[in-house]
Amino acid sequence: MKSLILTLTALAIVAGTASAGDVTGKITLKGTPPPEGPLPIDPTCSKFHPGKAPTTRFYVVDATGGLADCVVYLEGAKGGATADKPVVIDQKGCEYLPYISTARVGQTVRVLNSDPVMHNVHPTPTGEGNKEQNRVQLNASAPALDHSFPTAEKFLRFKCDVHGWMFAYVSVFDHGFHTVSAKDGSFKITGVPDGKYKLVVEHRRAAPVGKSVVKEIEVNGGAMVNLTLEVPAPAK
Amino acid sequence: MPPVCQPWLHRFAVLTALATLALIGIGGLVTSHGAGMAVPDWPNSYGYNMFTFPLSMWVGGILYEHSHRLAGSVVGFMTLVLALWLNGRPAAKWLRGGSLAVLALGLLASTSSNVKLDNVLFLVGTGVVGFGISFVWPQHEPVSPRLARFGLLALVLVIVQGVLGGLRVTALADWLGIFHGTLAQCFLALMCAIAMVTSSWWQGLKAKSQPMTVPAPVRNFLLVTTLLILGQLALGASMRHQHAGLAVPDFPLAHGKGWPATDAASLVTYNRERHDHREFKAITAGQIHLHMAHRIGALVVFGHVLGCLLKLRRTVGVTHPLAKVAAGWFALICVQFGLGIWTVLSNKAADIATLHVLVGAASLVTGALLTLLATTVFRAEPRAGAGL
Repeated sequence: MKSLILTLTALAIVAGTASAGDVTGKITLKGTPPPEGPLPIDPTCSKFHPGKAPTTRFYVVDATGGLADCVVYLEGAKGGATADKPVVIDQKGCEYLPYISTARVGQTVRVLNSDPVMHNVHPTPTGEGNKEQNRVQLNASAPALDHSFPTAEKFLRFKCDVHGWMFAYVSVFDHGFHTVSAKDGSFKITGVPDGKYKLVVEHRRAAPVGKSVVKEIEVNGGAMVNLTLEVPAPAK
Repeated sequence: MPPVCQPWLHRFAVLTALATLALIGIGGLVTSHGAGMAVPDWPNSYGYNMFTFPLSMWVGGILYEHSHRLAGSVVGFMTLVLALWLNGRPAAKWLRGGSLAVLALGLLASTSSNVKLDNVLFLVGTGVVGFGISFVWPQHEPVSPRLARFGLLALVLVIVQGVLGGLRVTALADWLGIFHGTLAQCFLALMCAIAMVTSSWWQGLKAKSQPMTVPAPVRNFLLVTTLLILGQLALGASMRHQHAGLAVPDFPLAHGKGWPATDAASLVTYNRERHDHREFKAITAGQIHLHMAHRIGALVVFGHVLGCLLKLRRTVGVTHPLAKVAAGWFALICVQFGLGIWTVLSNKAADIATLHVLVGAASLVTGALLTLLATTVFRAEPRAGAGL
């Protein structure tokens, strides 16, 4: 009897695995984005960037046109991988790293301070029930600050008021099928059950909320989707 | 009966008004630099008593916010002294009572492990010093009953203002900043009024009958214009404390049009074109309407101040002191108009935006003092205000 249960469980796992796959692809930017501006960092923080002054990160594009920092997700999806590991954002060189993250509702968003200087960590959510907080991390030995948001919200902003150029954004979802495009524009959403979905790409400049890029996809043991975003033409 | 002029009281009142103007300037810098939350706790600063906060930690946004807190404390202390001075001997009792309350609070705090020693020492020290001073000062008669009440009002306002500023930080409530910013302007007007009525110039004007008085319709017009400026300043404070940057970044057009579109698609376009390292909150239709209301308000105020100037020149003559002050007022409004445009064209540069706040404050004060002069000294019929 015990062996029968084990066999059935194993079969179920195999069957489950067989009916799910990864949605992968690459996001490319078409057009020339406006130049990034220098950050007005103070002398203390400048020391963390010898030889190269940090800039804004509105369009992070590699040599092949791959666009980083796009939030990619399956609209209306349910379930997905559990969110037992925290999403980690570090403060390093007086910048938030990474700039863009995604998290699941209730997942821990952990903010570290790797700098020898003080930062205040100030999420400014707009979603109902998502709590605004303003806490301090004196230096690298300060304990991590954990946050958790009960309501889905796009591009929830974190800022440091001590250093007025420090920002990070976390898109919070009520499911587990979301990711952020890497430096080369590639992305991967794992464990997607077979079926038809709407794949949505949001980028703070090229495809902001309200002008997201949406593509109908069919997952059958996985799917490969390449998308191109365009640098928006200036408003007339 | 008019009070005897006290030159040192007047000088101190002027100094307090100037300190208040400086405080508003520093507060303007705090908001312009988006540094209002750079010190997350209050009344402490990063756990320190604000007067023992190490200089080495005055960096970035903390420099603005902590300076504002200290300047606020200075103005609060000066207002307390001024209120005691205006109220005279009767105020010694409430100085004594207040000092004992602070002393008791300090002793109570000493029993708590949550309160740091510097805070305990500060409270106990303040209580003891205040209690001691109350036996030697103030010992004089009140300057005048009305001025004594104004002194008390100033003290209440400065306390409310300090608490509002603190709650804005601890309650993470941007909207409280709107009241904090607007009340600051009212407080400045009150301090300037106290400074004016304690001057020998004011007493001289009161002592003799004025040949040219201001007719009631003009007095009312002055009052309405001053209230319009206050409304305009409140609109400005509402815009600033949204922390959304410029809702309309161009001038004289607004998002390229006479009246900007505020549909959802247009808002998305406006927001994604903001390549600003300050990464303000996304602008909303309401913020655009607020901005446009401020522009219309500027035109209305401009017209009204010009109207005040013309009415005064027509009724009391070009050489009358009030007409001369009104000419200065109109010049101030022209400067303010230009600074408003410059604020937009500079993409809300912190120093320009702060200067805009300061000149706005000066415009309100000028209007308030003109109205006060017109309704008391240069009023045809005798007024109860003669006791000031």
